[in-house]
Amino acid sequence: MFAFIVRRFLQAVFVMLVISLIGFSIQHQIGDPVRDLVGISVSKKEREALREKLGLNDPFFIQYGRFLKKALHGDLGRSFFYKKPAVDVILSKAPATLELVFVTSILVIVFSIPLGIYCAIFPKKFLSRLIMGASVVGVSIPVFLTAIMLIYIFSVKLGVMPSFGRGELVHIGGYWYSGLFTWDGLKHLVMPSIALTSIMLPLFVRLIRAEMMEVLESEYIRFAWAKGLKPKRIWFVHAFKNTLLPVITVGGVQLGTLIAFTILTESVFQWQGLGFLFVEAVERADTTLLVSYLIFVGFVFVLINTLVDIIYGLVNPMVRITGKK
Amino acid sequence: MDKLLEVKDLVVKFALRTGTLTALNGINFSLLPGERMGLVGESGAGKSVAGFSIINLISKPGFIAGGEVIFEGEDISKYNFEQMRSIRGNKISMIFQDPMMTLNPVLTIGTQMTETLLAHKQMSKEEATEIAIECLKKVYIPSPETRLKQYPHEFSGGMRQRIVIAISLLTTPKLIIADEPTTALDVTIQAEIMDLLLELCIKEKMGLILITHDLGVVSQTTQKIAVMYAGRIVEKGKTLDIITNPKHPYTQGLIKALPQTHKKGEKLYQIPGIMPNLNQIPSGCPFHPRCTFKKDICSQIEPSLKSVDKGEVACHLYA
Amino acid sequence: MSTKWQQFKNSYFFHSFIHDKVAIVSFVVLVMLVVCSFSAPIIAPHDPYDTTTIDVLDAETPPIWMEGGNPNFLLGTDAQGRDILSTMLYGMRVSLLIGLGAVFLQAFLGVVIGLIAGYFGGKLDSLLMRLADVQLSFSTLMVAIFISAIFQAFFGINKYEELAVPFLIIVIGLAEWPQYARTVRASVLAEKKKEYVEAAKVIGFGSGRIMWKHILPNTLSPILVISTIQVANAIMSEAALSFLGLGMPVTKPSLGSLINSGFEYIFSGSWWITIFPGILLVILILVINLLGDWLRDVLNPKLYKG
Repeated sequence: MFAFIVRRFLQAVFVMLVISLIGFSIQHQIGDPVRDLVGISVSKKEREALREKLGLNDPFFIQYGRFLKKALHGDLGRSFFYKKPAVDVILSKAPATLELVFVTSILVIVFSIPLGIYCAIFPKKFLSRLIMGASVVGVSIPVFLTAIMLIYIFSVKLGVMPSFGRGELVHIGGYWYSGLFTWDGLKHLVMPSIALTSIMLPLFVRLIRAEMMEVLESEYIRFAWAKGLKPKRIWFVHAFKNTLLPVITVGGVQLGTLIAFTILTESVFQWQGLGFLFVEAVERADTTLLVSYLIFVGFVFVLINTLVDIIYGLVNPMVRITGKK
Repeated sequence: MDKLLEVKDLVVKFALRTGTLTALNGINFSLLPGERMGLVGESGAGKSVAGFSIINLISKPGFIAGGEVIFEGEDISKYNFEQMRSIRGNKISMIFQDPMMTLNPVLTIGTQMTETLLAHKQMSKEEATEIAIECLKKVYIPSPETRLKQYPHEFSGGMRQRIVIAISLLTTPKLIIADEPTTALDVTIQAEIMDLLLELCIKEKMGLILITHDLGVVSQTTQKIAVMYAGRIVEKGKTLDIITNPKHPYTQGLIKALPQTHKKGEKLYQIPGIMPNLNQIPSGCPFHPRCTFKKDICSQIEPSLKSVDKGEVACHLYA
Repeated sequence: MSTKWQQFKNSYFFHSFIHDKVAIVSFVVLVMLVVCSFSAPIIAPHDPYDTTTIDVLDAETPPIWMEGGNPNFLLGTDAQGRDILSTMLYGMRVSLLIGLGAVFLQAFLGVVIGLIAGYFGGKLDSLLMRLADVQLSFSTLMVAIFISAIFQAFFGINKYEELAVPFLIIVIGLAEWPQYARTVRASVLAEKKKEYVEAAKVIGFGSGRIMWKHILPNTLSPILVISTIQVANAIMSEAALSFLGLGMPVTKPSLGSLINSGFEYIFSGSWWITIFPGILLVILILVINLLGDWLRDVLNPKLYKG
């Protein structure tokens, strides 16, 4: 198990190196650190001097090395628009996204597991057909359209829900301003998290149902019936535990989908999180911020995928003991 | 002596999208307490379906369409789910074909053993663990205490089948249904597992229904045999009688095809043709297209089981 | 020809189709949508690309059944005075074109890579399959969003808009090949063991011929099932990119960019600019998904997931 973790960790480091190299190449090609630093009102000669001083005329890999060293110290350059270190900007926006994803994840987990299991155990029942029908409709409605509909109905027509922003926030400490502790903040969270759930929930219900149905067909489940076990034990212990493994693996892949949908949701609700920051950075051609975002997301992505792999190892006795996958 | 199990006119059908198939066409057999019987036939003969239908565990589109399964005096085929559950794994245990697939990969052996006991008996987890250790000893698994904490993939195929047998012993059942218990194992350990099963059946006075395509295995293990073809029983009788003096041409073919009976230098015998699909069963005697003794009547009228000598056979040759 | 048709009519495939109402309705709706969108220049009441016919004074006209509606504009007009119905028809054509183009590219890449990996095996196979693993661990939409953002930053918005259609096809099409590759590879491996492939080799047919004539036909049903779902996904991805301003420009809008351009007007009550294209997009994706689900149930191929 220890060897397994070490190997996964080394893999993660390697992937991070690749991501940082890609990120740096983008910045190197299209970014202009001089402009980011002093703006555009400085003469050409002074800029050239500054370029030399910043080492921007050095060979690519020397600059990359410097970039990497700084990145390890938490410095990814300065945002042209915010006039602040990009990392600071990202960290100040991260809590908003985390809170949105947190609430959505809870909703998805709480609903997808019972619904998915139910549809797998009783595939012929009316309620299952209804859930599966609703889930096809669910995956067919783009998240931004759900968001727009919610805004039109509840904000524009009925005027009962706020249409954008995070509302009243409470300072928790550091970069963290939370909307989870005020009535207004929670109210602002409702529609974005419903929109995001509306697309993630059907994905997971379908996934859990499909995996569980496959498990229920297996010989060891038939043997469990032959042993005369109670149905609840067969469904929730024998079948569900085996369903979890593939769901965790595929669920890890869905993280990328979640990131993409977060960008869309945040941009509709002008939710001041990372997704919205990304869209703004693209529009403002804020290259440093854009690259920092990509590296940050890459980091989170690698981190979570590594964690998922390790959890997979913990759930799966085959990996836990032999260290092989 | 009262019969332990009596299967009467059992009919099993499969409801498919394209229509209904008959997998078991009214079969009859019975078993005394502690008696061992072999259900023999090629794959597709319906012998596994027959085994599974006793505890009403036929795979999905299949269902019992008629007949009775009388176990200890009661027709258990009419039992509701909860009543049937109290029989399964308690009074009637099953052993499956492939031990690599029958044990749940994410649960320890201990869990998979004790849960069976806890599902049927009022006892504490500790008591259940004691019994599990006892049963592992009976199937000669060394250091059972530590083995209980391990997962299936830490055992070899033969060991796993021993564990499956141990699971079937837990509740000291009256009857064990073993569905091709050695087919998926290495040839070298097949005999070992069969010997163990036989020894335990005798020691614990359990009845056994051994489902297999291997007449050689059956001849060493059971007291009587039922030969199945295309969802029917075509011959029944004492094991010794059938092995030494088979009546039905199909049984004769099966015995001729045994490697043990074949002479050196000769080509191994094979029954010509293949078992028909359930949706294309020939008219009359289902075996007639493959039969070397076929008469005109064979393709028109299906023969029923009739007493011939000490056994029963369904063939026009003995009319 | 007629016997082929007879064969098809008697097949299980056709039988389950005519007994499934959802499949029939989805199919009919899809055919209608496809026909309407590709005949848009003929049936659309206005030409949204022709700036001379557009009058800003018509801007934000509501649909015909609402107060202030104009019989010229059945579903109203957008903020620039373009007829919504016409822009929707043209927009759907762009969406479908990109969706189909992207899936064609995915399928082509996936099939070729799958055939190569399965047929030649060895190091090449493990390298390609490792690549497929990596590719699958990213979400298409996320990768597409990032790549288009980088390209837009690189080319500048004007140049980007010129290249939008081929670019979107490539960006969406490059991502999902592993699904095809795995399925094709698996059936190549299964077929390779069979005797007729050996026989074909012995007779001296080249590997290319064996693959195209013998192995590929066996993979048709999984490819069909994957492709149907993938068309829906590709249209969804394109709409998402366009909604973020990373896809089709407003001058040559797809359904996604129409929804985007109408979004800000819902606050002033002009819901039709964004809702109508939205409904059309949902119907389009929904019928394709329903057909895909039905196909998967009927053909029931072994699919290889991530």
